[in-house]
Amino acid sequence: MHQPTTQPRPSIYYPYQVFQPWLPSQHPPQPRHRVVIAGSGPAGMVTALELARHGVPSVIVTAELQFSQGSRAIVFTRRSMEILQQVGTADRMTANGLPWRFGNSFYRGQRVFRMEAPHDPDDRFFPMLNIQQQYMEEYLFDACAANPLIDFRWGNKVEGVTQRQGYAEVRVDTPEGDYTLQTNWLVDATGGRSAIRTAMNLQMEGASYEGFFVIADIRIDLPLPTERLAFFDPDWNPGNTVLMHREPHGIWRVDYQLPPGETPEQALRPESLQARIDAQLAMIGHGGTPWEMDWCSVYSARTLTLPDYVHGSVIFTGDAAHLLPIFGVRGANTGFQDAQSLGWQLAFVIKGLAGPGLLANHSAERVGAAREIIEEGGKSTRFMTPPSRGFSLLRNAVLSLSLTQDFVRPLYHWRTSRPHEYTRSALNSPGDDNRLFTAGPAHGAPPQNVRLGADDFLLDHLGGGFELLVFTEADAIAPPLLAVVEATRQRGVPLRVTAIGAARPVSGADQTLPDADGRVRRRYGVQASGGAYLLRPDQHVCARWITLDAHRLQAALATALPQ
Amino acid sequence: MNAPQTLSLAGLEAVYDALATAIDQAGPEKSELFLVKLALLNAQALGDADAFRRQIDTALRDL
Repeated sequence: MHQPTTQPRPSIYYPYQVFQPWLPSQHPPQPRHRVVIAGSGPAGMVTALELARHGVPSVIVTAELQFSQGSRAIVFTRRSMEILQQVGTADRMTANGLPWRFGNSFYRGQRVFRMEAPHDPDDRFFPMLNIQQQYMEEYLFDACAANPLIDFRWGNKVEGVTQRQGYAEVRVDTPEGDYTLQTNWLVDATGGRSAIRTAMNLQMEGASYEGFFVIADIRIDLPLPTERLAFFDPDWNPGNTVLMHREPHGIWRVDYQLPPGETPEQALRPESLQARIDAQLAMIGHGGTPWEMDWCSVYSARTLTLPDYVHGSVIFTGDAAHLLPIFGVRGANTGFQDAQSLGWQLAFVIKGLAGPGLLANHSAERVGAAREIIEEGGKSTRFMTPPSRGFSLLRNAVLSLSLTQDFVRPLYHWRTSRPHEYTRSALNSPGDDNRLFTAGPAHGAPPQNVRLGADDFLLDHLGGGFELLVFTEADAIAPPLLAVVEATRQRGVPLRVTAIGAARPVSGADQTLPDADGRVRRRYGVQASGGAYLLRPDQHVCARWITLDAHRLQAALATALPQ
Repeated sequence: MNAPQTLSLAGLEAVYDALATAIDQAGPEKSELFLVKLALLNAQALGDADAFRRQIDTALRDL
């Protein structure tokens, strides 16, 4: 019998609500579901919301009765905000989060590196936004709860999975005992400690690093801006690294690396936490400022991924699929991209709009993204927590040189999470004009946002299906193109036509963006009327043309939806 | 292409003495750190990651 705690989790800033468990005795017998999602973190809930956008219902089962303990993921990237905009929670994130774009690294009291993340006037969202994970989960949950296609079950813990021919049987334990769910697809979004992954005996590939970090949230009044602070080799913690981030509600995240050999249990003793946090505050000139602990935990960096995310009827996503280092904010930000990718590709397979090859493509694309992150994040991790004597020596040599030598300072860069470009995706059109463009997002790239007016951006107008952007000054979309569009829609494929560049509504287009100053055209590298882009439902580019014709549009759509 | 610039014998002798003296000056605790810093400064001056990797291979020989 699964008995999740009914006591609200302790927090000095977040009022936890305890939800009622979903009990099988209070519901009629279960049909076979199309999708069951295990886990209600960012990856699980975004997957459900994306599936629902495509009309696919899902059941979310989650073991606990409340949102997750502690702030956990606190930094969200611009691309994450663009994804959250698609599922309807970006406004609440923006309203309550702290935007920022600067990072500072210190050594021996000197600022030796300053990161300035560019903020393009064409972007709606800041490069980074800090907000505690509980709020992010609350906003996503409210969106799930408001969606009739999402059946959200608190207090339901997956105990076992049996793969059958074409479906899975999921044994779920609840506060009144267990029941069995049948589902065509089980999405495992239960996070890094996935018991489903362990029970299926799936091996992850990559590296684990030994250095432990304490992650502590404290409430303190510090007169410092919202910028990332990194301190290397401070006097109070020689050889190790300390990070600080401002969070909403007067909370600061303090992360510090432990000396080798110290156990997490030793590090989390109250007197140890007190002494070290006091020492850090003293070092930054705020010793003696009163503070209060909210939450603390211990973390060690790993760069691991499953080599395939689809196993029979079970699909792994987010941290259940890979474990990525926090340096560079890789966890939740990668999970959003995983979920956005999975949502539409799983929906299209379920609806018969594409064959199972589309899920194989999803896996290949996201495993590729994880490997890219492992390559990049591994570099940051080896700098933050050198894994060997050689790496320590090099890191220390760079620290020392950085006091006077500019050329080593970029090595401090933490290589912030950025969206993976699916450059070699099987969905990219081989017969288009991708290589003839000299600007604009290329094959597999996420879209470029463009400011259209006050509080009005290009991406506000896109999403939920395939998007055909036609750059034209003509009165109407050419009839042969429209015939392809119509035939595609007849098959059930959502495809919207947006005309860009005409002063008056273009006949045959679903919407017209005048683009009077040619800004969209420039950002997309389109020189003349007749150019076009085809975006996938996750907004990544799969085809672009200098001059679009019906035949090549048909070919691109066929490539993007393998049968 | 010009032949790569090399040290004269007098120059090599000067480097020899200067490096030995600097290692002593850094002391046993810091000489390794000093040598890694020096290697990075030299790599930057060399401006060629492949050539530096070949120097690493050469230096690893016959230890």
